Amino acid sequence: MKLYCLSGHPTLPCNVLKFKSTTIMLDCGLDTTSVLNFLPLPLVHSPRLSKLPGWISKDGAINLEKVKGDERQFMIHSQMANCLQLPELELLDLSTIDVILISNYHCMMALPYITEHTGFTGTVYATEPTLQIGRLLMEELVNFMERVPKAQSATCWKNKEIQRLLPGPLKDAVDVWTWKRCYSMQEVNSALSKVQLVGYSQKVELFGAVQVSPLSSGYSLGSSNWIIQSHHEKVSYVSGSSLLTTHPQPMDQSSLKNSDVLILTGLTQMPTANPDGMLGEFCSNLAMTIRAGGNVLVPCYSSGVIYDLLECLYQFIESANLGTTPFYFISPVANSSLEFSQIFAEWLCHNKQTKVYLPEPPFPHAELIQTNKLKHYPSIHGDFSSEFRQPCVVFTGHPSLRFGDVVHFMELWGKSSLNTVIFTEPDFSYLDALAPYQPLAMKCVYCPIDTRLNFHQVSKLLKEVQPLHVVCPEQYTQPPVTQSHRADLMLELQPPPMPYRRCSVLNLPFRRRYERVYILPELANSLVPSEVKPGISVATVSAVLQSKDNKHTLQSVPKPPPAPPSKKRKRVIEEPPVTLAHKPLLSGAVPLEAFLATLQKHGITEVKVEETADGHILHLQAEDTLIQLEEDGTHIVCDNNEPLRATLRDLVLRFLQKL
Amino acid sequence: MPEIKVTPLGAGQDVGRSCILVSIGGKNIMLDCGMHMGYNDDRRFPDFSYITQNGRLTDFLDCVIISHFHLDHCGALPYMSEMVGYDGPIYMTHPTKAICPILLEDFRKITVDKKGETNFFTSQMIKDCMKKVIPLNLHQTVQVDDELEIKAYYAGHVLGAAMVHIKVGSESVVYTGDYNMTPDRHLGAAWIDKCRPDILISESTYATTIRDSKRCRERDFLKKVHESIERGGKVLIPVFALGRAQELCILLETFWERMNLKAPIYFSTGLTEKANHYYKLFITWTNQKIRKTFVQRNMFEFKHIKAFDRSYADNPGPMVVFATPGMLHAGQSLQIFKKWAGNEKNMVNPFPEQRKLDVKMQVEYMSFSAHADAKGIMQLIRMAEPRNMLLVHGEAAKMEFLKGKIEQEFNCYMPANGETTSVITNPSVPVDMSLNLLKREMALGGPLPDPKKPRAMHGTLIMKENSLKLVSSEQALKELGLNEHQLRFTCRVQLQDPHSDSDTLHRIYTHLKSLLKDYTIQHLPDGTVMVESIVIKVSSSAEDANSKVLLLSWSYQDEDLGSYLSSLLKKGLPT
Repeated sequence: MKLYCLSGHPTLPCNVLKFKSTTIMLDCGLDTTSVLNFLPLPLVHSPRLSKLPGWISKDGAINLEKVKGDERQFMIHSQMANCLQLPELELLDLSTIDVILISNYHCMMALPYITEHTGFTGTVYATEPTLQIGRLLMEELVNFMERVPKAQSATCWKNKEIQRLLPGPLKDAVDVWTWKRCYSMQEVNSALSKVQLVGYSQKVELFGAVQVSPLSSGYSLGSSNWIIQSHHEKVSYVSGSSLLTTHPQPMDQSSLKNSDVLILTGLTQMPTANPDGMLGEFCSNLAMTIRAGGNVLVPCYSSGVIYDLLECLYQFIESANLGTTPFYFISPVANSSLEFSQIFAEWLCHNKQTKVYLPEPPFPHAELIQTNKLKHYPSIHGDFSSEFRQPCVVFTGHPSLRFGDVVHFMELWGKSSLNTVIFTEPDFSYLDALAPYQPLAMKCVYCPIDTRLNFHQVSKLLKEVQPLHVVCPEQYTQPPVTQSHRADLMLELQPPPMPYRRCSVLNLPFRRRYERVYILPELANSLVPSEVKPGISVATVSAVLQSKDNKHTLQSVPKPPPAPPSKKRKRVIEEPPVTLAHKPLLSGAVPLEAFLATLQKHGITEVKVEETADGHILHLQAEDTLIQLEEDGTHIVCDNNEPLRATLRDLVLRFLQKL
Repeated sequence: MPEIKVTPLGAGQDVGRSCILVSIGGKNIMLDCGMHMGYNDDRRFPDFSYITQNGRLTDFLDCVIISHFHLDHCGALPYMSEMVGYDGPIYMTHPTKAICPILLEDFRKITVDKKGETNFFTSQMIKDCMKKVIPLNLHQTVQVDDELEIKAYYAGHVLGAAMVHIKVGSESVVYTGDYNMTPDRHLGAAWIDKCRPDILISESTYATTIRDSKRCRERDFLKKVHESIERGGKVLIPVFALGRAQELCILLETFWERMNLKAPIYFSTGLTEKANHYYKLFITWTNQKIRKTFVQRNMFEFKHIKAFDRSYADNPGPMVVFATPGMLHAGQSLQIFKKWAGNEKNMVNPFPEQRKLDVKMQVEYMSFSAHADAKGIMQLIRMAEPRNMLLVHGEAAKMEFLKGKIEQEFNCYMPANGETTSVITNPSVPVDMSLNLLKREMALGGPLPDPKKPRAMHGTLIMKENSLKLVSSEQALKELGLNEHQLRFTCRVQLQDPHSDSDTLHRIYTHLKSLLKDYTIQHLPDGTVMVESIVIKVSSSAEDANSKVLLLSWSYQDEDLGSYLSSLLKKGLPT
């Protein structure tokens, strides 16, 4: 059993598990932090960005117009072609992957790169909310990337010789030649057409060899951990999970018990930030800015934490006197995201389910929309431009601040200190995200909300479910670089977890010893068990093994058809036995006295017993036959009397156990 | 012999008060707990005294499963759980859990408030009963306890209707509830995987019918409504079953839109209106088309259909009114009916109390209920591939016809209420086979087993507590800490053969070689011949050099061959 690690990102994993002749990909996250190396893509021409000077090498020999910046930082100014760093696709042949298991909609963004143009012919398993919301997030990404005017793409800087000379993070970016462009909507649709929907605790058989089953992970709508098991081995795959009570169904912890191996990914990226505290800070900063007459910009993904933010605001608006402030949610998928959130009752926490039974929409943003407090638009163009009122609160993407409508608001509001940008998504360093907008007058507040498990929660969980081995990204086996003294911000386990990094191939410690087979009723009824020790019985089994679709059955050995009456003259010599009856192994010992008594019963009376070093020799005088009885053996020496030999054989067998 | 027992307490050769008891692998399950529309006395509910004469049912049932929210499937639930007494788990899907208490409350109101019955379950009892409900998701495998697992499948029929697969060990039963194999305007078709249950318990409402296409019936319906409206008439459509109202609403809504009709359509406020909200929130349970387009347009937000007010009945001009059961009892619709009945332009479709009045208006009966017809039932059989079939929820005579058809292929039962059907199952026994032994056997068996010459494998089954392990005999000895007992036989055979000892041995070798083609025969340099592991030696007697003594020695494991060889060699060697 092997684990191939295609991504080193702890929260955007992509691993491949080879388990009992199946090849299973666990998630395919797309790390978009590589876009931070680029200048933002404005929706309208930005003179500020294009006026930035190009980079000139120290000796003045190289002048790259597309690498722009100032003394602080240089970035690539081009359309975002080939800007995404994919999981490692060369570590193994992707066409051999049988299935892909998706744990949540954030961890499937690289799916088209895996399923399209690689020869992939397998199936993708995901829950319905994961599929629907994942589709929205992909659609949004494609839309953001495709709607900006196509400028020339820059490739010069990717030359190794030149990249070496570049300043700052550009110099350190790895594998820049392998960075890919964003996929198209057509590729998204094709990739998602390979998804087969599953429900929590549904048992899915893979080729009869392995069973996989998603479990609620409590992190987002339809998010799941996965159990991959056969009758005797169990691997748990824990991806983004949460124990906080937000909107999704609570995490199913008990089903993770008794795992041989637990693969642990997707812990919180903000181990020191308390989500509740952050939410409070979010609200108070928002209120303060609005009261001062400023605008609030919230760069965010269009599904997930935004539902909780809106719910929090719903309760907060009246008390904070924000009843008249307009809230805008701008995304090409804003409407769909809000609508979809209301129809997944089965996947919600108990409180929200109860609301659906009333029947009321589970999320209060329905009421915010109805009362016109929250308005959603596909983009800043169209209706929004005419209905837009300030001061206001805008939720929009992308949280990297490199593309999407958020770029426009950064340009629009960045120069006023009245305005505030509040970062809630933990995926990007807010300083890196803000770099191309500096100098910036607007206030920046960083309250990342990451509801995933922290180290304290996860060690408690592991103590409870007690896996034999834990596999995790290497980042979790040491404290964060910035807080190297915090020994509590790492996993400490016995035995220590097996760390992996990008491109690792791990041999998982597994010893398979048994396989489930089925004995057909006819054979089962013919078995004769005998007790060999108290509470332990054995039966010898002779059977025909049938293996089909990785399922094994044992059935009775068919009796050979009676030989057709031979028309030929009877042969002098009998035919040799065609199939020999299988004889079991024997165990036990033949007790002398009892054996003599048995012999007597069968008319053998004249027995001379002679004691030897290892046992006895019985001389049946009338029959001129010797029987040597020893602790672990019996030897019958009998000439020319086949019936007698057979009788003696059967008498000896009476005292022995057959295995 | 393990067996599965099925006893209908209701819906046995009948439609109404569905309630079927199943005993499987030592577990007892109640499937549905419905009321009978046709009775107002004790026969209204299933006879729970069949389960126990005295006391609560909790000890006798492992779980109760409700297939959908129609009252003939869940109407007796509060009575059973709160008045007879049952505290175990009750399973139903989310939409059923949401809508079922509302229908129960409606049923209670009609019975107690309108008809004045006492000794009926109360609103509080409905609430307490619903607290015992555990929601089921489609395809989720729910472990009721360590052995009993259930799994729900989509059944069509109404919002949230489910078929359920019940499994204990390798025995299983599928109960369909009511289902529909053809998608309609708002629901999809029932689906189940090839789960090969021991028994498939199917409804058989339309056991003998192969209904004409739905399109025809719809066209017919629309034509009649349209004609009536064109004449300036009023149309009253009583819809008894929740779910059908939505179906007809969608039908009329799209028709109105296409034909650009202006006549108003009304449905009674209350139930139908509320139900529409459920349909909106549980849109994932509707058909693909509705699900796909719901963001742009939610099918259950009707443009042409509005809530009804009693004053509208006197409005001039054409109109369509949907009446639900509550409305019929309220007397309000009776009023409408009386008002409209005198005019032959108007139409009702259908109305039960027509005979009491001088009806001039047209009465049309049209069935839109979503049950599988004979073709659909056969389709489901092909999907699930059951070993036995059991019919419920239908009329005896019609069942008989379908039973005849099914019995051409396998057993089919149709027990009456209170009658038990036992089906003997023959489950395979799961054992854990040592991987070493399995791999060895699979390697020896080769990739393609020869059907004419099956290869037998041998091993020892160790039974310890609840575990069954199949290992090689050698491993069994080792694992159990037992010593092996060698049983050997030695046999001397006299032979006249005028050759030297070594020549005699060689002659034996060639003789056996020519005879025993399929065995390993070796002539060893130390002066022995080995046939498999049987040792043959030759010595000549001291007196007569031509008189040879053959010494054969074999272990018990080679008994057959050893015995054969000794009698063979006794017959001498060919000259």
